[in-house]
Amino acid sequence: MSWAGPDEIFLSTSLAGFLDKKLIVLLRDGRKLLGTLCSFDQFANVVLQGACERVIVGELYCDVPLGLYVIRGENVVLIGELVWFWIEQDREKDELPAHMTCVSEAEIRKAEKAEREARDLKGSMRKRMEFLDFD
Amino acid sequence: MLFFSYFKELVGKEVTVELKNDLAIRGTLHSVDQYLNIKLENTRVVDQDKYPHMLSVRNCFIRGSVVRYVLLPQDGVDIDILHDATRREARGG
Repeated sequence: MSWAGPDEIFLSTSLAGFLDKKLIVLLRDGRKLLGTLCSFDQFANVVLQGACERVIVGELYCDVPLGLYVIRGENVVLIGELVWFWIEQDREKDELPAHMTCVSEAEIRKAEKAEREARDLKGSMRKRMEFLDFD
Repeated sequence: MLFFSYFKELVGKEVTVELKNDLAIRGTLHSVDQYLNIKLENTRVVDQDKYPHMLSVRNCFIRGSVVRYVLLPQDGVDIDILHDATRREARGG
């Protein structure tokens, strides 16, 4: 396998242009991981430094820190380059809709649980009503 | 390699890629490789409200195996050339 030279990096599909950049990786199970790209290969196996999972529930979100992650390529759906902007001196942030609020991990887990319970309740209610035969 | 060559011809054109998880992304085709992995530039998600985490993504890499289909520009295909290329490929040339 040949390595792309510096000129080819930006013209090819290679992830080399994303090295050392902050990325969002969407996984097949719907999870969203954020981190800095350290390494990759032709299967889109990737290594993320300082990875965190972005949990979004409704209008709340939380970045749960994970550490150094090696992601197996088959689970990768999409790798996006994040556009970061400075909000204060040493803090930077990527853009999310203005109405979304950052909460603690405990709060986001609570919101997740509430959402799951609401969905289960809806499912079980539908099941009980099945004898009505909606069709 | 027919579709690889075909997509290479489309580089620079505006396409919409729909993924197997129903996420549809519109953007300029930057590059494609032999696995039909795709790189898009100036991307925007078709249903932005449903995918708030994609708001700050402008360039992205999409793994070929998760693509459901690619919507091409109206003038993206010359049927006659594609026919010829398909026959040539089928003959093994």
